[in-house]
Amino acid sequence: MPEVKTEEMLLNMGPQHPSTHGVFRVVIRTDGEMVLESESHIGYLHRCFEKVAENNNYLQVVPYTDRMDYLCAMANNLGYAQTVEKLMKLQVPERAEYIRVIVTELNRIASHLMAFGTYGMDLGAMTPFLYAFRDREMLLKIFEKLCGQRLNYSYIRVGGVTFDMTDEILADIERFCEYFEPDILKEYNDLLSYNGIFISRAANVGVLPVDLAISYGVTGPSLRGSGVARDLRKDEPSSIYDRFDFDVMVGSGEMGTVGDCWDRYMVRVREMTESVKIVRQAIRDIPSGPFCDKKAFRGVKPPKGEVYHKIEGARGEVGFYLVSDGTVKPYRVKARGPSFCNISVLDALTSKGDCMVADMVAIIGSLDIVMGEVDR
Amino acid sequence: MGLESAQIHQIVKEKFADSVLEEAADAVDPFIVVKPGVIEDLAYFCRDDTRLEFDLLSCISGVDYPERNVIEVIYCLDSTPNKHWLIVKVVLPRDNPRVRTVENVWRTADWHERETYDLLGVTFEGHHNLIRILCAEDWVGYPLRRDYVMPETYRGIRNVVY
Amino acid sequence: MSGLLLAQTPPTVGELANQWNTNPHQGGLYLESALYQLVDAMGSSLTLPPWLVVAATLLVVCLLVFGFINVFGLFVVWLERKASAHIQCRYGPMEVGPHGVLQTIADGIKLTSKEDIVPRLADRPLFVLAPIIVFAGVLVRFVPLPFGQELVASDMDLGLFFVAAVGSVEVIGVILAGWSSNNKWSLFATMRTATQMVSYEIPLGLAFVSVIVCAGTFSLQEIIAQQEGWFWNWFILKNPFLLLMAPIYLVASLAECKRAPFDLPEAESELVSGFHTEYSGMRFAIFFLAEYAAMYLVSAIAVVLFFGGWWTGIPLIDGIGMGADASAGAAVTGFVIKAAVMVSKAVFLVFVQIWVRWTLPRVRLDQMMFICWKVLTPIALVCLVGATLWHLASGGGGLFGIPALLGLDG
Repeated sequence: MPEVKTEEMLLNMGPQHPSTHGVFRVVIRTDGEMVLESESHIGYLHRCFEKVAENNNYLQVVPYTDRMDYLCAMANNLGYAQTVEKLMKLQVPERAEYIRVIVTELNRIASHLMAFGTYGMDLGAMTPFLYAFRDREMLLKIFEKLCGQRLNYSYIRVGGVTFDMTDEILADIERFCEYFEPDILKEYNDLLSYNGIFISRAANVGVLPVDLAISYGVTGPSLRGSGVARDLRKDEPSSIYDRFDFDVMVGSGEMGTVGDCWDRYMVRVREMTESVKIVRQAIRDIPSGPFCDKKAFRGVKPPKGEVYHKIEGARGEVGFYLVSDGTVKPYRVKARGPSFCNISVLDALTSKGDCMVADMVAIIGSLDIVMGEVDR
Repeated sequence: MGLESAQIHQIVKEKFADSVLEEAADAVDPFIVVKPGVIEDLAYFCRDDTRLEFDLLSCISGVDYPERNVIEVIYCLDSTPNKHWLIVKVVLPRDNPRVRTVENVWRTADWHERETYDLLGVTFEGHHNLIRILCAEDWVGYPLRRDYVMPETYRGIRNVVY
Repeated sequence: MSGLLLAQTPPTVGELANQWNTNPHQGGLYLESALYQLVDAMGSSLTLPPWLVVAATLLVVCLLVFGFINVFGLFVVWLERKASAHIQCRYGPMEVGPHGVLQTIADGIKLTSKEDIVPRLADRPLFVLAPIIVFAGVLVRFVPLPFGQELVASDMDLGLFFVAAVGSVEVIGVILAGWSSNNKWSLFATMRTATQMVSYEIPLGLAFVSVIVCAGTFSLQEIIAQQEGWFWNWFILKNPFLLLMAPIYLVASLAECKRAPFDLPEAESELVSGFHTEYSGMRFAIFFLAEYAAMYLVSAIAVVLFFGGWWTGIPLIDGIGMGADASAGAAVTGFVIKAAVMVSKAVFLVFVQIWVRWTLPRVRLDQMMFICWKVLTPIALVCLVGATLWHLASGGGGLFGIPALLGLDG
């Protein structure tokens, strides 16, 4: 009896797609529902950040860094500011350091809330998305009170922060922490994380082995989901992160295999608890004093040289390679977005042959990419 | 715990003595400059040597220096187990920048090298799929070079000149 | 109706009216028989051929059912938006009408005024035909469905069998929709849908059969009539295997309606909109309406089979208007109560479907197949055998037949 022959289909998960988290194109070769091979195409959101940075002075570059990873803009600002300060050997006031830590961690919570919500929505559970945004709204209100912006802050600049954090805002943040942890996180876990259908969609799907992950440059929660306890806040702490006591969340294969989508997702949910811990400690210890280096705010002119600095953003290692030629404009700013490396691992994961089209959506969602920092 | 930069440079110089052209030990971020031909072997060495164990390639940057007539390609290496880092530079002639690829050492170099090729025109020999990644595939020119001029039109779409 | 078709000489309108009058349980819309009687009373002043009267009456009945579906569609879309909104900590439509009750009308007007787009490379005849087939498949299944005592379009002897059989026509419509769209993603969704709908008809059918075994009849009116009395006469409490079968039926009906967690066919985050991606305007509205009509249908069938139909389960209320000596007012009250009970029970089950949709994530294709073939079908088969044996052993009394067995039946 002749073998039944099926035809392969070439599908285009186009730049516009409800679940590719931005303009991201994947060309999939499928045999029915099983994916045989996929090829990623990026560059649809390339806005020439690096070229623009060469034509603007150091202060004018700050808003462009916001728009790279627009969901965790504070981390981008922080990375850039610390890179320039490293080259200038500039010491930032204590209060500014504490404020920076507070806003970066709050932004990390906001970013993970978004990742949590959209991941649920990708897998069909529409309600957690709304709950996540209800809580994210509180954070965005705090940011609006602080610096006037809800998404792209340009708040952390070379030399400090733009506005001081008043006691009212500190009280708001404390109220948010009281509200958020542990009750809300427990609600999220009950609703989505330990739901049987969600576990069957996310566990044992998209297993990322450690050596493959590191070879592909994956960092952040995606790497920690595979069991590697690498967190730049602990391994190479910049500013005052070494003063805070927090744990590094690592995936352990609780529901399936180590490094599956569920692990990556759960690392993010648990990291929110740790961020709240850091924020509480920072609020407790924040000193009074100046919040910026006024001379740096008037103009920045680093000496000639080059430096590479990296911090832990919400999605992984945000790195800036800065080349300065002694003028007011940077000679070259190379931005390393974590999602650029994280998404490159998708083709390797899907070519193993045990991935379905529905699983691709789960994998892309669990890698938590933002196309702004993939394409810059 | 990790080694200091000076010690890492020493280990590299032991193995590749005549290929290390320059060592900037007192810069803000110490780096070494090596000959382009040796980069692939150096990459394997950095990844596999038990004292170094640079398993994570953070990023590959290209910098264009038209006055010096060179393009520098900078590899920022990181080590997850040892928590130390290394910056390796390769200086290439600007009119024909070619260097061996390291994508077989670190898989992430695949996309980083494609980006450097796309934006600066550096050809990575041995790369399995060196096509543009950020710009459109039929784009002409290397945008990040200092003397780049935006084309007048692209496929009939006119460029807006401010 | 069979008399109409098989009789040697066509009956007069008077004979038709009498036929329905004498046998109320032998089906027929109250309205239908009233119409016949009206025409009969007008008698010789109108020499209408009987077939015209019958055809006109059937048309009126059809339009009434269609009207019910439309009105119900208006209501349930509002219900879904409000229920989903409140589950998600928000309000839902509040602008159009008090608490947004007129929102669906506004949406309907918007949909009818949209441009009718048919993709240039789509197969036009099939593209136009597909929503019609889907809607027809659902509409026809409303024929034997009772809305209250003696409020049924046509009480067929094989009512339940008819519902199960004609339901498969919907699958053809869905396949046509996905295929004729000339869109790979729609095709993907269509393949998933066809698989899903055809597979889940098995547990659904087995649920039907186990109730048929216990009731001894296919007719929906008869099945409800057997659940008269206290609420433990409802089929769900007459037989422990039917108690197990009811959740299986409800899960299978979720899958048949393509509702979450089985909404792969219209998985919004994977396939944009599934098999009806390319449809816009009124054609999309037809698919939409068909989906909500199907939701009502399966809920109503569940109510009929398991939850007592129009009986409230309290004989005091059920007895209003029953009996030969009831007054006209009481009869009308009883009639209205029964219709209200039937529809509200079905609407409650529809609300449960909406509730489940907005709580659970979506299952994957292979997991859905696993649930159908390796979980639901074996359990359904066991329940079928068990229900039969229990029914034979216990004689079909209420509360699992235990009081009857113990001789406690008064």
